[in-house]
Amino acid sequence: MSVIALGAIPLQVFARATKAFEATKLDSVYRELFGDLPIVESSDIKLDIPDIAENGAVVPVTVATTIAGAEAIYVVIDMNPNPLSASFKLTQFSAADVSLRVKMGKSSMVRALVKTPSTIYMTGREVKVTIGGCGG
Amino acid sequence: MESRPVKMRGKVVNGVAEIKVLMEHPMETGTRRDEAGAVIPAHFIEQVTCEHNGNVVLTAEWGTSVSKNPYFAFKVNQAKAGDTIKVSWTDNLGESSEGSLALK
Repeated sequence: MSVIALGAIPLQVFARATKAFEATKLDSVYRELFGDLPIVESSDIKLDIPDIAENGAVVPVTVATTIAGAEAIYVVIDMNPNPLSASFKLTQFSAADVSLRVKMGKSSMVRALVKTPSTIYMTGREVKVTIGGCGG
Repeated sequence: MESRPVKMRGKVVNGVAEIKVLMEHPMETGTRRDEAGAVIPAHFIEQVTCEHNGNVVLTAEWGTSVSKNPYFAFKVNQAKAGDTIKVSWTDNLGESSEGSLALK
C-alpha cells in the first residue's frame, strides 16, 4: 500500500514499507519502494548534508525539491546496514522540505529520492564520517 | 514506561508554517550490545503523523538509522496564526506520544 500513488487523498493510515526498511542492499530498497519506475538524476532536489560528519551518530540532513507532483521523499544511506533511513509522504498541504538527523556507520553516499507518479528523481552526496554512529 | 511528550516550535512565514519537532526516544538499532555482551533489542519510532487542524498533512516512516532523540522539521502550506499543528509517533513496541502547537 505504501508505494501506491496518493494523489490528493488524505490517507490516515499507511502500511509500513517493512521490507524496504529491512532490505540490506540498495537495489532491494529500490525494488521494494519503486518497483519498475525509472530512477533519474535530478538537479531539482536540494540535499543539504555536511561533506564531513564528525559524529556519525548525528548527521543533519535537509531535503527540499521543486519537482511538480512530488508525493514522497526518501533518504537512503548506501553503506548503512539497512540503507533506507526515512520516508516522508507529502500531501498538497505539506511543502516538499523536510529535515532530520540520521546515523551513519561509516563514510557513504547519501541519497535523496523524490517520488512522482511516473518517475523517481534522485540526487546524492558523498559524506565522510570520521567517527561512526551505529554504535549509538 | 510513559513516553515523553513531543516538543514543538513553529512560526508562520508567508502562509507557510515552519515546524521544528524534538522527540525523546532511544532509537535503538537492535545491533548494539550492552556491557554484558547481550544484544540490546531494537526500539525505534516507525511512524510519525503530522496534522494541521485535524487533517493529516504529512506522514513519515523511519528506520533504525534516524538519530536518538529525533529532530524533525517540516513545513505546512496554507497555515495561519491560531491554527493547530499536532505531531504524533508510534514505535515498534507499540509505544506512542504526541505534542501539539497553536501557531502564533
